[in-house]
Amino acid sequence: MLSRTAENLYWLARYVERAEYLARTIEATLRATSLPSTYVGKNEWESALLTAGIGDSFYQHYEVADEPAVVEYLAFSPANPSSIRNCIEAARLNSRSVRTALTTEMWDTINGAWIELQQTWSGLIKNREELMGFLRFVQETSLRFDGSAYRTMLRNDAYWFSRLGLHLERADNTARILDVKYHMLLPEAEHVGGPLDYYQWTSILRSVSALTAYHWVYRETLKPWLIADLLILNNSLPRSLASCYENLVRNLDQIGVAYGRQGPAQRHARGIRNRLEHSHMDDIFQRGLHEFIEEFIGDNNRLGEIIGKQYLI
Amino acid sequence: MAVAFDEMFGPDGALRPAYKELALWLKETPPDALEYRRKEAELLFRRIGITFAVYGDAEAQERLIPFDVVPRIISAKEWTLLEKGLKQRVKALNLFLRDIYHGRDILRANIIPDDLIFQNPVFRPEMNGQDVPHDIYVHIAGVDIVRDDAEQFYVLEDNARTPSGVSYMLENREIMMRLFPDLFARHRVAPVENYPDVLLAALRSVAPDTAAGEPSVALLTPGIYNSAYYEHSFLADKLGIELVEGRDLVVKNEEVFMRTTEGLKRVDVMYRRLDDDFLDPLTFRPDSLLGVPGLMSAYMAGNITLANAVGTGISDDKAVYSYMPEIVRFYLSEEPILKNVPTWRCREPKDLTYVLEHLHELVVKEVHGSGGYGMLIGPASTKDMIAAFRDKLKAHPEGFIAQPTLALSTCPIATEKGLAPRHVDLRPFVLTGREHTTIVPGGLTRVALKEGSLVVNSSQGGGTKDTWVLDG
Repeated sequence: MLSRTAENLYWLARYVERAEYLARTIEATLRATSLPSTYVGKNEWESALLTAGIGDSFYQHYEVADEPAVVEYLAFSPANPSSIRNCIEAARLNSRSVRTALTTEMWDTINGAWIELQQTWSGLIKNREELMGFLRFVQETSLRFDGSAYRTMLRNDAYWFSRLGLHLERADNTARILDVKYHMLLPEAEHVGGPLDYYQWTSILRSVSALTAYHWVYRETLKPWLIADLLILNNSLPRSLASCYENLVRNLDQIGVAYGRQGPAQRHARGIRNRLEHSHMDDIFQRGLHEFIEEFIGDNNRLGEIIGKQYLI
Repeated sequence: MAVAFDEMFGPDGALRPAYKELALWLKETPPDALEYRRKEAELLFRRIGITFAVYGDAEAQERLIPFDVVPRIISAKEWTLLEKGLKQRVKALNLFLRDIYHGRDILRANIIPDDLIFQNPVFRPEMNGQDVPHDIYVHIAGVDIVRDDAEQFYVLEDNARTPSGVSYMLENREIMMRLFPDLFARHRVAPVENYPDVLLAALRSVAPDTAAGEPSVALLTPGIYNSAYYEHSFLADKLGIELVEGRDLVVKNEEVFMRTTEGLKRVDVMYRRLDDDFLDPLTFRPDSLLGVPGLMSAYMAGNITLANAVGTGISDDKAVYSYMPEIVRFYLSEEPILKNVPTWRCREPKDLTYVLEHLHELVVKEVHGSGGYGMLIGPASTKDMIAAFRDKLKAHPEGFIAQPTLALSTCPIATEKGLAPRHVDLRPFVLTGREHTTIVPGGLTRVALKEGSLVVNSSQGGGTKDTWVLDG
């Protein structure tokens, strides 16, 4: 297939995944800040910004990271290149460029979402209720898109490249939450976890839709090191780093087989996957959770670059 | 202006035979049912994403072309005549192009003035003496046809460069069949859905000799900001060929390749929807980012076929158009079946004087204009508009031609107040491959939606209709 087509499919999936992640982050923050102040961290909205990875650019446009400003910037602002609105627009633009590689169902989802964005969500959001409506719309769009891709696409390189975008973006998002919140997940002996921490932890799990999953997997009350384990190493959780890398390796392998040739992307992805597979949470904590996460984010970005060089340019 | 000929009711108000069933059906169908279907059609179009862009209109970057649900019907007899006339016309265009870029018999016979060719910016000296496969220059023509009575068809424009609109012909039919299955059952409507197959076969048949095995065909688009981008992606999809942009292509050793995820892959035939000027920055406009550096060298080396060929603009130029009847006679020794609209060439002083005196009753067009931009419709213009145009015309008379305001035929459209006649034209698509020329029975009918308006261009508020050619 054309390199540009593969690139568009890859970015299309990334944009949709990013939009959903942002919607989820806002939703989790709304929820956390609805609690009485004793349960709420001081800088919930600021930390939402940080997990989206756009703290710096935000302060070029706003003074204070409060709810209206952060919601506007994350969800609607044209000045933020990866606001939800811009993600959906970019997804539509990419879809238009690769109309012929998309199934009708996928095109319908993106085009329909783009039309709804103009018609229903172009004005100011008046209250939290409306905002929740918007966030639901974004998450449903992502679910529909992902489901359409899964159910209707031919299993060929178009599908594999689109999956690569999805899992690379997803891994980046999960890693970013961990990067911002890692200090709350450290297993300090004297740290029992007050009510504040408890709600912070649920908030983390919610933003990767893993709260219920946690209870099923561990059958325990929330323990920070188990949360870290779930998000990093547990490959049964679709948003964990391990699961993302299992998928990245599988899809890259399929491309390699179809093209009859492996390359640096396959090797690099396999390297990261192996490291995740052979790691234990204890070791990670010992060597430093933060260092581990930072290294992962770097490696993950590097995989994006390598895929770009090998296939997309 | 004379009363326009109506294709449904005829000059005496009597229902014309081809429309008999439709009239019956319309009588049985409540008007709000039509309105309901129209809305449904609009929804379908929007969902499919059939839109076009209007240049210089930031508000509505992507717009729908209004669709009218009342079909336009052409009888088998009318179509037979039209088909014959179109084939004759396109044959003459191809012979003319071959001659202009080779022996130039027609210039030596003094049928067309030399300077009209050589001073013409769309004449491509690069093509002098250059052979193209099977001497076919115009593989795809979208000839605009109008009529003003039951007998005559006129060619308004030949459109031999990169004509668009065929996606509407195909999608309009799809949507009509979905919305009005009963109406189809009562008619024998010739199908148009084989157009992509015919086009692909035609493109493959003109592949260069250097193509190895099954020729690889691609469609070259200027990209998603082009007004016809939807059509480009639609056609690439229907033909099952790659939709490429300039940046997807690279030229090596005078061969053209596309960049794919598996490396470079050679292209043998390119259905290009990009104007000559933008094809290759090394040969034509150096500032063009849309084309492919070196494409012309591969073309000259005969390693790729471009459809349409480079330089076809010289055949559909509005000034050359006025010589088409002579061109047909010169190459085919036949009388033209399709008429030309009488045309004054403003480059000729006698004609210019006449045009300047009659601006209020003429249509004046830019020789190199298209899409209804930059033209003057005398009867519909104010004094000031005419005065302003007069200055433009005097400054560059060679840039304009003038035609009488034709009483274009009308067809009924569905309006809120019931059926009402509106002016129409027709663009059938003429495909020429190595073996034969084919016209899928139908075309794009464009309709002026405003009462009395003669402008059918989509960029100027025109709409479209499904065009039915009855099968016997």
